[in-house]
Amino acid sequence: MELILVNIIDGLVTGLLLFMLSAGLTLIFSMMGVLNFAHASFYMLGAYFAYQISIALGFWMGLLIAPLIVGVLGAGVERYGLRRVHQYGHVPELIFTFGLALLIEELVQFIWGKNQMPYSIPEVLNFTAFSIAGNSIPAYKIFMIFISVAIFIGLLYILTRTRVGMIIQAALSYPRTVEALGHNVPLIFMGVFGVGTALAGVAGVIAGPVLGTFPGMAFVLGSIVFVTIVIGGLGSLWGALVASLLIGWITTFAKSYNLAMSDVFNAVGIATPENLSDHWLRDLWTVTSPQIADILPYILMVLILIFRPAGLFGKRHS
Amino acid sequence: MSDQLTTDPSKPAQRMRAGSMSLTLMPWIIAAIALILMPYIFTSNSALTIMNQMWITVIFALAYNMLLGQGGMLSFGHAVYAGVGGFACMHIMNMSDLFASFPLPVLPIFGGLFGIGLAMIVGAFSTRNAGTVFAMISLGVGELIAACSVIIVAFFGGEEGISGDRTYAMPFFGNEFLQQIDVYYLTSFWVILAAALMYLLSRTPVGRMANAVRDNPERAEFLGYSARWVRFYSFVASGFFAGIAGGLFAINYEILTEENLNTASSGVILLVTFLGGVGFFFGPIIGAIVFTLVQTVLSLQTELWAFYAGSLFVATVMFFPGGLAGLLMMHVPVFKLGNAKQLIQPYIKTLLPAAIGILGVCALVEMTFHFRHASIGDDEMTLFWTTFDSHTLLPWLIAGAVALIGIGIAKRNASELKEAWDAANTAGDAS
Repeated sequence: MELILVNIIDGLVTGLLLFMLSAGLTLIFSMMGVLNFAHASFYMLGAYFAYQISIALGFWMGLLIAPLIVGVLGAGVERYGLRRVHQYGHVPELIFTFGLALLIEELVQFIWGKNQMPYSIPEVLNFTAFSIAGNSIPAYKIFMIFISVAIFIGLLYILTRTRVGMIIQAALSYPRTVEALGHNVPLIFMGVFGVGTALAGVAGVIAGPVLGTFPGMAFVLGSIVFVTIVIGGLGSLWGALVASLLIGWITTFAKSYNLAMSDVFNAVGIATPENLSDHWLRDLWTVTSPQIADILPYILMVLILIFRPAGLFGKRHS
Repeated sequence: MSDQLTTDPSKPAQRMRAGSMSLTLMPWIIAAIALILMPYIFTSNSALTIMNQMWITVIFALAYNMLLGQGGMLSFGHAVYAGVGGFACMHIMNMSDLFASFPLPVLPIFGGLFGIGLAMIVGAFSTRNAGTVFAMISLGVGELIAACSVIIVAFFGGEEGISGDRTYAMPFFGNEFLQQIDVYYLTSFWVILAAALMYLLSRTPVGRMANAVRDNPERAEFLGYSARWVRFYSFVASGFFAGIAGGLFAINYEILTEENLNTASSGVILLVTFLGGVGFFFGPIIGAIVFTLVQTVLSLQTELWAFYAGSLFVATVMFFPGGLAGLLMMHVPVFKLGNAKQLIQPYIKTLLPAAIGILGVCALVEMTFHFRHASIGDDEMTLFWTTFDSHTLLPWLIAGAVALIGIGIAKRNASELKEAWDAANTAGDAS
């Protein structure tokens, strides 16, 4: 029972982290109709910038400044890159962001090298918040949860309760009409792209010390983020939230409970074959849940796409 | 312009899109002769290895372009089909009884069949949509299968992959493919065959409908074609040829690992195809040749070759979405007008300084890299055949000046080039 609680907290941390990335990605998608492949690269840039700033000015300034730099970079990419490629159509746009992701990874390796950076949790937060039946929960995890929830509430407030949010929502659905009303829609697009990438930057800043700051970090999380928004339904913010939490919990639980496939089969009533080492399905029999934890999101995505192609909360086919 | 709607089939020039419908044999004969003669020009073993790698990439890139260029489907996980085909071939190689019953050149067909099988399974649900959804599914499935390679050890061999020996096949006219040169001719045979088949396929109604669905799926549906099935056929055919490329890879290297399946390989093939140009059939061929050369030659010179390749790729997407083939074909009208000579001088005046300027930028990049990452005390570096101290100011000033001046001159002459280009393209109308 206690372990379940610990896992729920762990899964929540992973899920909310995923959500910070997928929220920006799904906003950008519903706005421009293009998936930003480089989104996770901005997350990586956030972590690296924060590391560099934290050396000079400490963790908190990093948390403040790094997302701003990432946001400005993201807005620049939209203004000078994507807008230019937009005229060629959607596929070149996708390819452009893909190339950008490659380039950013190379660039990071170029500047900081291939090794992991010693970017660590600040001293203030390096203590145990509380413990559940002997399992200590570090304060940093609680801090991550608070930051993510605060950002989510702030985002929701801005999008639904303020004038700026109303204009953004209107621009998402009817860009032409909003433009005719005198708003600068390209500027709104650039702003949303900047904010989306800045959110990814925040995620990078707070995840960097825990998950490690290394050139492969974008790649590790990147494809999971795409899976998340496909499962949630492309363009749906609530879908992104639900799918992020779902993936966070599924992977955490699969990792902490060592469930073997042979036990499952035996429970259903299929006996283990006698000479397992020669059996052609031996890999299926010996597989355990921690082994497949990382591919569960992909399996979930394929299943969702077969049975509900629009995703959990998607409204219609794109 | 006349408002004539029907065309006279007896006049080839009036046939709809005459150039693209006509089948010419000449380029194929030239290509075949070139393939046969290549080993006599480049005799070293490493050259053979590079060429084998090149032809395999050519097949794979052409198969990929069946999706991207001809079908408008962007796949981020196409290495999976080549990889699975290759793994299947590897297993067949290891089944000594079966493998000894047929000659080695037949083996890639099995790779192709496994490619088809996997493509049929995945295509059943992924070809419902083109565009973003298709791209996402391809990425997800690609990641899934790549991740499975560590779990399903029986088929993928886990971390170390699986290896085999190609020489156990039935001797092919007494040849056991012991030497690199034998494998070269086997690969060359397949590259011609596969390329010709793919070319012919793109000229059949199936290939034509793939183009129609790419450009306007709605209209194709109104004409009575199911866009989904048209995509499915392209996808399956592409899976077949990707599997053949995988089989050839298995024959060449006699080992396959997780690396053949992962997203990085899928990304490379996208890069190759787009660099070459997706708009023309021969684009991916150029892309594969140029990329393999860049990869093998540049990676010997610099650690940063992936950085340069990435920059080149992004620049291509931003400025020349037609790729190298598009750039080449841009000049066809100029040649037809007989104005090519007018362009030589402006080209030299712009491109030469630009190239020098870019080399200057590269020098700055290399020096920065050396400055940051070389071990302490190691101040000397060699660049463009000169050895100097990267911690002094002078080389930085020189490189910076070269970069600035080169790009500055190129920028100033660019407008002249544009004028010359416009003039070369319009002069024909005036005469």
